[in-house]
Amino acid sequence: MSANWGLRLAVLLPALWLVLFVAWPLLIVAEISFSEVVSAIPPYLPVFGWSESGPSVSGNVENYRLLASDALYTASLLTSLRIAAVATALTLLIGLPIAHGIARAEPRFRGALLLLVILPFWTSFLIRVYAWIGILKNEGLLNELLLALGLIDQPLTILTTEWAIHLGIVYAYLPFMVLPLYVAIERIDPALREAAADLGARGTATFFRITLPLARPGIAAGCLLVFIPAMGEFVIPDLLGGPNTLMIGKTLWVEFFANRDWPVAAALAVVLLVLVLVGIAALDRAQRRAGEGLA
Amino acid sequence: MELAGVTKRYGRVTAVDRVDLQIPKGEFFALLGPSGSGKTTLLRLLAGFELPDEGRVVIAGRDVAQVPPYHRPVNMVFQAYALFPHLSVARNVAFGLEMERVGKSEIQARVAEALAQVELSGFEDRKPDQLSGGQRQRVAIARAIVKRPELLLLDEPLAALDRRLREKTRAELRALQQRLGLTFVMVTHDQDEALALATRIAVLDRGRIVQVGTPAELYERPASRFVAEFLGDCNLLEAAIVEPGVAALPGGARLHFAGDAAPGSRVTLAIRPEKIAIGADGRNTAVGTIEAVEYLGDISHLQVRLPDGTALEVTRVNGAGPPLVAGDRLMLTIPLEAITVLPA
Repeated sequence: MSANWGLRLAVLLPALWLVLFVAWPLLIVAEISFSEVVSAIPPYLPVFGWSESGPSVSGNVENYRLLASDALYTASLLTSLRIAAVATALTLLIGLPIAHGIARAEPRFRGALLLLVILPFWTSFLIRVYAWIGILKNEGLLNELLLALGLIDQPLTILTTEWAIHLGIVYAYLPFMVLPLYVAIERIDPALREAAADLGARGTATFFRITLPLARPGIAAGCLLVFIPAMGEFVIPDLLGGPNTLMIGKTLWVEFFANRDWPVAAALAVVLLVLVLVGIAALDRAQRRAGEGLA
Repeated sequence: MELAGVTKRYGRVTAVDRVDLQIPKGEFFALLGPSGSGKTTLLRLLAGFELPDEGRVVIAGRDVAQVPPYHRPVNMVFQAYALFPHLSVARNVAFGLEMERVGKSEIQARVAEALAQVELSGFEDRKPDQLSGGQRQRVAIARAIVKRPELLLLDEPLAALDRRLREKTRAELRALQQRLGLTFVMVTHDQDEALALATRIAVLDRGRIVQVGTPAELYERPASRFVAEFLGDCNLLEAAIVEPGVAALPGGARLHFAGDAAPGSRVTLAIRPEKIAIGADGRNTAVGTIEAVEYLGDISHLQVRLPDGTALEVTRVNGAGPPLVAGDRLMLTIPLEAITVLPA
């Protein structure tokens, strides 16, 4: 009897948590997205309210219509998609050799190497992104080094470009790529590499024909873990990208805090959420189909 | 195939110690030994997964001791088969040919031929996890023989199969080897497997080859206690030679034997349990008491105590005469030629 209760409690607690802190706030955001902006606190007219004649519903889809009609929102969405996609691809290209190297290292070194990968997490994300400003700015460390080496005559503009954003995302999210990749590669039976070598495959052929296809679940997980937060990233484009960068996260922030237009900001958030969910679902289906017949 | 003075060390441990071995073309050769005897290391040295610290590994007239696996005319059937899980049966078998950059149409023809040889035609599009254990093994064999290697290595080929399938696979392996005329080198810890399959066997102990011979040679004339004990059941009796052709057991009983051990030396007498005859039949007869009977259907293992205290294991073919039970007294004869004299 008590064991049964314990089990129920164990299921109930996370469920309660999800309802209170995920589902309920999302519903509030969804409600705001259908409301009208007013000069009040909070600055919107609740969709579900009370009037003299009882409960009233006052929602409309104006906010969504605005999102569709104003090119600014579409542009920032597309820019976000592009930057997140490029940055994810770069993170994969850099993370793959790292994960492969760690997975192939002697077991007694692996723990230490993994620790090095997640070591930056000991410092606040914000501080680490700030630090990049000092490196990338015109009179920053990187430019001074390049000038001192005589590789350039005048400082390069790196900060406030899209490349600075890519760099920031790659730097900040690399561990999220390396860890799932490492797990996937480490799981591959070493006998498979020996079998490939036995059948005439050199290291590169083995990597592309055996290791990479078998690491696909890890690649998918790593890309999702980087792409999704990169898509909504606000701090990195704000600090490293300069004022002209249009990323959805930044646009959202401006709508919410600068314009105090909660309804439009909420609608934008809902659109972003739906897009990401659709993306994940599509990827998951593709994974499942490709994974058929795979153990 | 020839190994000369091959040595492999891991730190302080010498896994393979100055091994010399020659295997002529077309032989089914078994490396037999307990775990830790170095048999697997020896196989990996042949495959190229390990490189020897010393010695020559000559395959088809070329010293390949320091050649990486992908350049050796050798292919291996792995213990757990190591099939590529993401590739179909046909793609698994084609993999080695694709690495050689063989033409597409030739790959197709050779894959079909190899699959036919292991009786897996029609399974081309299956994935490894859609196959039974026996079928997986046959894919692994097809994947190796399609490369037409000089040497096919098999790492414990029957270990992963259940018992019923093992006997069937044994016959199939032997037939396949004869049909292909390829040199097979198999590693096994199972003496029955080695005896049943191999044309010749090398017995390994602590990194060294202790004896090489045909199954019958090893069984009938083991060169040491280790070989006698490792291959089949054997009575091993401490004895002293008292005069030419006569040995005394610690209990006092005397045994006559054929052979020329020097009087005064201490030896071990090896006597196979099935060679001890029941009944009086010439010299070396004694009456023993049965202490235990292990009934196995076709045969029984008897534990017999001789009057001087010597314990003997005797194998008796059932069917002739009444069943024996513990406590029965039994006349035994140990034929002279059944006794192998080994160093103590």
